[in-house]
Parts: sequence; C-alpha cells; structure tokens
Amino acid sequence: MSIVLEKSDIDRSLKRIAHEIIERNHGLEDVILLGIPTRGVTLAQRITAFLADIEVPIPCGSLDITLYRDDLRTRPPRAIVETQLPLSGIEGKRVVLVDDVLFSGRTIRAALDALTELGRPQSVQLAVLVDRGHRELPIRADFVGKNIPTNAKEIVKVQLEEIDGIDQVEVGAR
Amino acid sequence: MQNLLSIDDITASQALNILDTAKELSRLTEGSVKKLPTLRGRTIVNLFFEDSTRTRLSFEAAAKRLSADVINFSAKGSSVSKGESLKDTAQTLEAMGADLMVIRHPASGAAHLLANSGWISAKVVNAGDGTHQHPSQALLDAYTIRDHFPEHRNDFTGLHIAIVGDILHSRVARSNAALLTSLGARVTVVGPATLLPLGVESWGVSVSYNLDEIIEHCDAVMMLRVQSERMNASFFPSEREYARDYGLTRSRLGSMKPTSIIMHPGPMNRGLEICAEAADSPRSVVLKQVKNGISVRMAILYLLLGGSIEGDN
Repeated sequence: MSIVLEKSDIDRSLKRIAHEIIERNHGLEDVILLGIPTRGVTLAQRITAFLADIEVPIPCGSLDITLYRDDLRTRPPRAIVETQLPLSGIEGKRVVLVDDVLFSGRTIRAALDALTELGRPQSVQLAVLVDRGHRELPIRADFVGKNIPTNAKEIVKVQLEEIDGIDQVEVGAR
Repeated sequence: MQNLLSIDDITASQALNILDTAKELSRLTEGSVKKLPTLRGRTIVNLFFEDSTRTRLSFEAAAKRLSADVINFSAKGSSVSKGESLKDTAQTLEAMGADLMVIRHPASGAAHLLANSGWISAKVVNAGDGTHQHPSQALLDAYTIRDHFPEHRNDFTGLHIAIVGDILHSRVARSNAALLTSLGARVTVVGPATLLPLGVESWGVSVSYNLDEIIEHCDAVMMLRVQSERMNASFFPSEREYARDYGLTRSRLGSMKPTSIIMHPGPMNRGLEICAEAADSPRSVVLKQVKNGISVRMAILYLLLGGSIEGDN
C-alpha cells in the first residue's frame, strides 16, 4: 500500500471543495450536505465546518443507502445504519451528496433512489474525496478532492481520524 | 440467520441486532418513505393453519413495505380440508416460487418440522406453533419495552416484568420468558396453579400465584389472553373468579408504579384478563405493540431474505 493523500492534503481538498460548493451554488442558500455512511458522513461534517468558517452554518445529515443497493443478493444481509435527515428535509433543497471514494457509481445510483423516496430536491450534486475511475454507470462527481488513476483490481483505503485514528488515503494491491 | 423458529435459537446479541435493524426501519418508514425496494422479486407465503388477525396482517404489511410479493394461504377453505398434508401444501407453495414461509400451526413443532424435514428449501419463520413458540411476538414485545425504557437499550438488567395469566397454553409467554431473561430482565410468571406448566421454574423465571404481591413492583405487566379455544378442561372455577384473582382490574391498575406499562399480545378479552380502564389507559402500549410489530417483522424478513439466498447466482 502506498500513501497518496496525507492529512494536510485531505484538509486542503476538503477546504477547496467547500469553496467550490459556495461558488457553484452562488452562496449557500438552500444547500444541505448528506454524507453516505460511514466515512462520507465524517467528510460531510468536515466540509460543513469549513463552510461555516467561510460563510454560514448549513444543515448536514446522513443517508444510508443499504436498502437501495443493487448488489444485496451477492452477500449476506448488511447492517442498516442511521439515516439522519436535517429537520428542514430535502424538499426543494440543493442536496450535496458526500462520499469518500467514487468507483463504479452504484452507491450513488442507490443514493439517488433513496433521495427520490425522501422528497424532491431542487438539485443533487456529488462531492467525493477520491475519484478512482472505472465507472459502470453514467455518473460523475461535481466536486473531487483528488483524481487517482487506479487499476480496477487495486483497493483505495480511506482512513479518517474520527473513525480510524489517522487521516490518510492509501492505494495498493488487494 | 437461516430460519426464525424459536427464541432459543438466537443469541441475545442477534436479538439486539434484530431490534436495532427494526429501529432504523421504523425511522425510515415513519418518515415519508412508505415503501423500500429491498425485497423486490422475493416471494413470501403466509401459511396460516390457525386463525389470526394481527400476526398475519403484520407480516403481510411488513413484506409489502419491503416490496416483496405476498401470497396468503389459510387452511380454511383450502385443500387442507380435503386432507392435503403439511408437506404437500408446503411443497405446492414452494413450487409457486416461495422464498420464505411464515407459518402458524396449532401443532407445537410444526415450524421446526417444516424447516428441518428437507421438504422445502425456502426459509421458515415461526408465527406461532401450538403452545410452543411465537418468536416475532417476543421480539416486538422486547422492542416495545426498550422503546419505553431507553436507558435499558442493550441490557434489561433491573427491569422486572410480570407475565400474567394462562402461562400453560401460551407460546407468547414461553418466547417472552426466554428472550427477556436472556436480555437480563427479571421475569415473574403469575397465574393459577392449574395454568402454570410443569417445570416452569426451569425457564429461569420466578413464579407467583398472587398478582397483588407482584404488581406494584413491576415495570411492565404483560397480560395474556385466556385462550378459551384451548381450555378443554376446568382450569378455573368461573370467569368472574379468574378476573377477580388474575385480571388487571381497576384497583390493580391503581397500585402500579407510575412508570410501568401494560402490555397485551391481543386479542383482548375485556372484562376477563384486563378491564376496559386498563386497556384504554395511557399506560397501555397495546397499540404500540401492534405498530412495532410491523417494524420488527420487517427486520426479520430483511435479515433472512435481504442478502444472498439459496438459488441466487
């Protein structure tokens, strides 16, 4: 495994993403962040903190997509984790989904299905820390921390201090 | 989990996992989400050889909220009255594509037989077999208790729960005694000696013949239905005497702890094991039990059918 992002890189990327979110949406009116568990939630919280430093605090929540996955039948049942929507709901909001790694795009497809059930946002955008390529669906990210070209067989391991005790992203053989 | 046949088959941590899953599912379905796509294409058969309102409807509602297809079978009006056996009935329904069968049967052990005889490869959930087990009811009761006493989320130690009435014929009592004690609760079964089964002490519960001594100490009182359809002998002299000695009467309602709750698996015999005031009092969580039943059964179905099963590629 080799380290491709260190703590300072992750910080800089998230800060830049925060600025890009403000730029794209001409401010933060109606913008809410929804992290995809587990690490997407942590990243969403960090971006929210940067947004609060730069402009204003905005609502941040989590969206569990387990029940909407298309690969449920390939392995034993997965644990369902918490979906915590901001009190404002998502109706008419500009929702920014946050995840750690964008790979096949299937997680995001599931997230879009989950969002459809919850309401009708004004728009949905996607922020990821790492885009590693190898998409299997026509899905792209609006905000990318770092593009990391990978071999499809490699794994990208994102570790965050709140969960793993250290901030780093590694790439390596499975 | 392969099947859910008896509370004795699952560990306390598996039970808590079911309850946690149920909690997340209830949070989702209480919001704007009415239907989840998770079990699309799975077929669930409700195989009911005994009358039921809430259990069958609850399993049906749970399955439908997860987008499974539901086939309801009730023995009344079916080929069972022409003499078709359990084996042939089950195999017929499996040939129609059942992935999971929810079975209720008057014979104790029917669910176990269906699951382990090799007749079918579909999964089996026991929805009540004779006087033996009713695991989904015990799970929804534990869920309801946990919802009411959130400080006991993962450990029921310190909670005292009375199960009152016809313990002898009650599968609800057997399942609940096993589950609640495994979660750490202190359980006392209360009833006339004629309605307490032989060897009840081996369940890990205390036994009492006097409801008045117990009721003021309990955090939850679970009143059982007097099962007149199973009363084939004189278990008590008269309904009035039973109601006086073991019913949740108005005066007993008054002696309960301020925080304690009244539970009943339904259907209630008002005026027999529970008076109308108790049934309708704010302490009564009977309707919450019904509501929670759907979430708990969704969790059971998800954990059994949500992953890969035999026959998937």
